[in-house]
Amino acid sequence: MDSHDHPHDHSAHAEITDAAPGYYEIMETAVRELLIEKKLISPGEIRRQIEVLDSRTPALGAKVVARAWVDPAFRARLLADGRAACEEFGISFYDDTLLIVLENTDKVHNLIVCTLCSCYPRPVLGLPPDWYKAKPYRARAVKEPRKVLAEFGTEIPEDVEIRVSDSTAIVRYLVLPQRPAGTEEFTEEQLAALVTRDAMIGVVRINLEATNAL
Amino acid sequence: MIPLSTNSTLGAGPAWQITKALGEEPLFEAGDSVKVLVRYPVGHYRVPHFIRGHKGSVEMVITRAAVNNEEEGFGRNAGSKGYYYRVAIPLTELWPDYVGAPQDGLRIEIFETWLERI
Repeated sequence: MDSHDHPHDHSAHAEITDAAPGYYEIMETAVRELLIEKKLISPGEIRRQIEVLDSRTPALGAKVVARAWVDPAFRARLLADGRAACEEFGISFYDDTLLIVLENTDKVHNLIVCTLCSCYPRPVLGLPPDWYKAKPYRARAVKEPRKVLAEFGTEIPEDVEIRVSDSTAIVRYLVLPQRPAGTEEFTEEQLAALVTRDAMIGVVRINLEATNAL
Repeated sequence: MIPLSTNSTLGAGPAWQITKALGEEPLFEAGDSVKVLVRYPVGHYRVPHFIRGHKGSVEMVITRAAVNNEEEGFGRNAGSKGYYYRVAIPLTELWPDYVGAPQDGLRIEIFETWLERI
């Protein structure tokens, strides 16, 4: 059957095809097979690392944010040393990266990007979204952050400073969003449910009305 | 023994003269004005082109000495460590036609081999 014979709509997801693998896919397979053949790493180690990554999702970061909102001492430790505070919370770091947690305030809005590749706080958020790895976001986030934010529906007033943190080497970033008004009575669990991946990247703010409207 | 430096004393007893190894102490501190060096080595380097040659200021020292991962990437330099700095660069410094607020800025970590004091 021709891949376009069937009626369902492909607009919401990438088409699944059996097309030949691309250049980088072939290179990855070749390098992986060589490393295994030379006994530098084992297939079990590769599978284990995939499982490690699969166990990390934005829900972890959301729990960290909610704890910081309800516990000022934890918040202070998180801002002083993001990695140590996350480890204390039970989130292990399986690599040598450090974590700087960037607090959004009435005066400062933080946004994170990796202009060189796809550095991302994977231990706390899991794998990055595709747009985060795409060239338009990487190039434009440091050149016209206000326009990029506006495209995400985020209007930042002129008197609020925008800080774009570009991860290049050993540091990863996590944005600590502002706690929305009207959540004073919320439990930590209810607060965590409000915190989205995009808010922890800094492309959106958390807005109770918008969340309720979904 | 002739002390080579006098930058540390321990305890209340006789002054212990501690000589730090090269690279053991950060070269820069928060508030220092720096310029990102301009060079174009071939290979995988961690300083994006758009910041090379631009001026900024050190916001903080990343206080864990780290291997120079550019050298490490080529299998060199094992055991030799230095410091990364979180450097602030105004977006108006990077892009003369920047549209936004003048206080908007970039923060980026740069290894000390790429920075010069200004």
